[in-house]
Amino acid sequence: MTTATNIVRISKVIKDFKLSKTIVHVLKGVDLEIKTGEYISIMGPSGSGKTTLFNMIGGLDKPTSGSVFIDEIDISQLDAYELAWLRCRKIGYIFQTFNIIQVMTALENVTLPMIFAGVSDDEAREKGMDLLDIVGLKKRFQHKPFELSGGQQQRVAVARALANDPAIILADEPTGNLDLTTGDEIIKLLKMLSREKGVTIISATHDLKMLNVSDRVIWISDGRIEKIENRDELSISLGQIGEKWE
Amino acid sequence: MVQKNKSKSTLPEKQVVLPFVKSIEIAIKSIRSRIFRTLITTMSLILAISFYSYIKTNSHIITGIFFSGDKIAIQTLSHQGYELPDEGEAYTTTPKERWILFLSLLVCVVGIVNTQLMAVSDRFREIGTMKCLGALDRFILRLFLIEATLQGLIGSAIGALAGAVISMTGSLIKFGTMAFVFVNLNDIVISIAASVFLGCFLSIVGVLYPALLAARMRPVEAMRGRD
Ligand SMILES: Nc1ncnc2c1ncn2[C@@H]1O[C@H](COP(=O)(O)OP(=O)(O)OP(=O)(O)O)[C@@H](O)[C@H]1O
Ligand SMILES: [Mg+2]
Repeated sequence: MTTATNIVRISKVIKDFKLSKTIVHVLKGVDLEIKTGEYISIMGPSGSGKTTLFNMIGGLDKPTSGSVFIDEIDISQLDAYELAWLRCRKIGYIFQTFNIIQVMTALENVTLPMIFAGVSDDEAREKGMDLLDIVGLKKRFQHKPFELSGGQQQRVAVARALANDPAIILADEPTGNLDLTTGDEIIKLLKMLSREKGVTIISATHDLKMLNVSDRVIWISDGRIEKIENRDELSISLGQIGEKWE
Repeated sequence: MVQKNKSKSTLPEKQVVLPFVKSIEIAIKSIRSRIFRTLITTMSLILAISFYSYIKTNSHIITGIFFSGDKIAIQTLSHQGYELPDEGEAYTTTPKERWILFLSLLVCVVGIVNTQLMAVSDRFREIGTMKCLGALDRFILRLFLIEATLQGLIGSAIGALAGAVISMTGSLIKFGTMAFVFVNLNDIVISIAASVFLGCFLSIVGVLYPALLAARMRPVEAMRGRD
C-alpha cells in the first residue's frame, strides 16, 4: 500500500443524550477523515464533546445517527464479538484517569489484552516486558498501580495500549492529570510511536505542547468541528493562543 | 520466526478469548487483593452454613443414640427435651429448627447479594477497562462466578467443619462418650459435604444478579464512573 488510506472516517455523526425529560445535543453532525499514520490532536473547551467523539470512534458508544468507519467498515454493523475484537486488536485506549486495573501488577496489566487476543503466556510476558522497557518501567514490572506515580501509571497504560500492535491509539487527555515534565514524556512517547511504528494517534488535549507534534489539529466547539489546521498553518494560531493564555 | 507470526493468525477470525485457567488466576488475584471484603462476604456464609451443619450433625448423633436402644441414653435424651420419633424412625429436625434454618440461609443470601452489589459498584472502572481491552460480557460473568464459587468453597468448608465440631463437642458434654459410640460417621461426613455444596450454591445464587449487572454494563457507563 503506497497511498495513505482513511483508517477512520466519521460521517454525519450526531449524538444526543436523554436526560430524564430534556435531550442534550452533544455532537451536532461531525464529519472527519483520518489517514493511516496521522497524528491528530483534538482541541476544544471542556464540554465540547471530545470524549463523546472518542467513545464513538473507539466503539465504546453508538452514535444517535451517522456512522463511524474503521478501515472502511461501519462499526455499527459489528456484532458483540467483532466489536470486542476491534477494541482488543485494532484500537489502544489511553484515558485521562489512567484506568490501570488496580489488582494487577504493571506487567499483568500490559499482558491482559494479549491474553484476550489469544497470545500464549510466554509470548505475552516477553512482549509485555519489551513494552515496559520502551516506556522505561522494565524494573517496575511487578509493582501494583498504587506503588506507581501518576506518570508511571500512565506509562503502563501506554504500554498496555500497544500490547496488540493496534492500528489506532485513542488518547483522551493523556497528560491531563500529569505534571509538565511527565506530560512531555508521554507526548514524546506517542510521537515516537507514530513515527517509528506508523500508529495512527488521535488525542484529545488542552496541552499546547501536544499541538507541536501533531500533523493536524481539529478544533471542536459545541459539538461541531470549527476548523482543521495542518501543521504548517499551526504556528500562527499557536502564537494567538500563546497570547490568549498568557 | 515464521512461527511467531503464525501464532496470531491461528486464532479464529475476529475472536477474543479468556482461557479458563486464566480466569481462575485473575479471580484468585482479585480475591487476594480484596481480602477484607471477601472476609465480610464469606462471614455470613460461614455463620449460616455452620448453623446448618450443626443442626444436621446433631440430628445424626441423636438418631445414633436413639437407635442404639440403650435405655439410659434414651432417657437422657428425653430429659434434654428432645422429641423422640416413633420406634424405627430416624430423628429429624423439628419444624421450628427448619424454619430458623431457612431464615438464616435466606438472610445469608440477601447479605451476599448486598455485598456483591457493593463489590460490583466498587469495580465499575475495572470492569469498564477490561471491556475496553476487549473482554466479552461472559468473561466478566465468568470471573464473578468463579470468585463466588471459590468464596463459597472456602467459606462453607470452614462453616461446615465448625458446625460439626461444635455439635460433636456439645454432644460429648451432654451425653458423654456414648454420643460417638452409636453415631454413623458416614452420615456426618455426608452432611458436611452437603453443607459445603449448599454453601457454594448459595454463594453462586447470591452473585448471579450482581454479576449479570456487571457483565451487561456498557464500557462508557463504566468509564464515566458513578460517584
Ligand atoms: N452519558 C451522558 N449523559 C448525559 N450527558 C452527557 C453524557 N456524556 C456526556 N454528556 C454531556 O455531553 C457534553 C460533552 O461531554 P464530553 O465529556 O464529551 O466533553 P469533553 O469535550 O470531553 O470535555 P472535557 O474537556 O471536560 O473532558 C457535556 O455537556 C456532558 O454533560
Ligand atoms: Mg473529556
